[in-house]
Amino acid sequence: MATASVLQARSAGFSFENCKRNALVEANATDLGLRVPTARKTGTTICGVVYKDGVVLGADTRATEGMIVADKNCSKIHYISPNIYCCGAGTAADTEMTTQIISSNLELHSLSTGRLPRVATANRMLKQMLFRYQGYIGAALVLGGVDCNGPHLYSIYPHGSTDKLPYVTMGSGSLAAMAVFEDRYMPDMEEEDAKRLVRDAIAGGIFNDLGSGSNIDLCVISKGKVDYLRPHDEANKKGVRVNELDARPQAGSYKYKCGTTGVLTKAVTPLHTELVEETIQTMDTS
Amino acid sequence: MLEESLQPGWLSEEVKTGTTIIAVEFEGGVVIGSDSRVSAGAAVVNRVMNKLSVLHDKIYCALSGSAADAQTMAEAVNYQLDVHSMEVGEDPLVRSAATLVKSISYKYKEELSAHLIVAGWDRRGGGQVYVTLEGLLCRQPFAIGGSGSSYIYGFVDAEYRKGMSRKESQEFVVNALALAMGRDGSSGGVAYVVTIDQTGAEEKCVLGNELPTFFDE
Repeated sequence: MATASVLQARSAGFSFENCKRNALVEANATDLGLRVPTARKTGTTICGVVYKDGVVLGADTRATEGMIVADKNCSKIHYISPNIYCCGAGTAADTEMTTQIISSNLELHSLSTGRLPRVATANRMLKQMLFRYQGYIGAALVLGGVDCNGPHLYSIYPHGSTDKLPYVTMGSGSLAAMAVFEDRYMPDMEEEDAKRLVRDAIAGGIFNDLGSGSNIDLCVISKGKVDYLRPHDEANKKGVRVNELDARPQAGSYKYKCGTTGVLTKAVTPLHTELVEETIQTMDTS
Repeated sequence: MLEESLQPGWLSEEVKTGTTIIAVEFEGGVVIGSDSRVSAGAAVVNRVMNKLSVLHDKIYCALSGSAADAQTMAEAVNYQLDVHSMEVGEDPLVRSAATLVKSISYKYKEELSAHLIVAGWDRRGGGQVYVTLEGLLCRQPFAIGGSGSSYIYGFVDAEYRKGMSRKESQEFVVNALALAMGRDGSSGGVAYVVTIDQTGAEEKCVLGNELPTFFDE
């Protein structure tokens, strides 16, 4: 019954292997003048909606480290399998690694069964892994895809609980996005309506939440087709700085004109070199 | 500038099913009901969650407490019951299902914070309701659980009568849920009611505007 899987740690409970090492490193770090790196969180807005022929997933593209934007255009929609994609909120490394591990295991499972993987399988794998780590893996996910049973959408929380719903939002901007969904969601929407709804929901998160920003990525999954639209909408375009005197766009050039700095003296010293020894080494290109 | 984190507090809170769940035995079966609200701190993350989980064809359990713990327990027992019923070659007893839930509850008492009420019908004992709180196994004519249950202990103690019919039991459950949802902030949404008897399980969803109203509504 056991399926081949990459994930080695099948033993129960949390693995404490690295805790002793981390404690040692933290204790010695201040002596060496190093700062212990803090986990980078993606203060985020992610959402998904089920429409007539499939699912539409959406995400913003800002990754923050404290109050600083660490990445203006990071990709939060991760590949799980050809018909299943997953948006991730929470700790950036956790969402990245968790989705990669499950993607790998799901590919092995799909080769073993000889069938296209189902969204429910990915959901079970993700929730069982997250439950095993009791919430210490900070990955909040929106999982969506189309399989033989139709389109499915799940939201998965860091502690391992999941909800199967027609529309879900996650991340710090989730309340703003949910407000848009609760107002305008209708069952069996057309693809264009669904894309517009998801775009507006993410825009709601981007403009009303400090942790979300930059562009809007969309992923439209339907039977046999995936449209990964990155970026779908550049909600925040960087303005063009204009030259004060003659109103010409300056586009951030920091070169000074030749002659800006006055030259007082100029002295040229030629450097003579002599050929002392010459050796030739042939290269073996066989 | 703001010193507080960009993430609102409820994002790091564990997702709990602050809940009202209730199960009642009647002649020939059981009625089991729950609300549908799942909260993480002050935010409602799912307003239509069905907390009545299938353990087997005629055995259901009602989830309360931590959403992850309760879902995981129900899925584990569902799997174990499937294996068990294939081994014995017939439908499992409600007591077997309750014992499996109780074993997990008791063994992982310190780690888990979920309470499941198990209810169902089997050939040997008819309709049965079992309470598995903190790892005990106790059969009761009716049981309530979850954060909203505190508000309706008086109501259920006063209103429950032995020998209620199927319809009266369903009304009892819906009334109890409506009262609890009205007073408990962590319970709300719609009411899910499942009636299990010899013929099978009948699922019903009572929408918010169809719930019975009381003096103040």
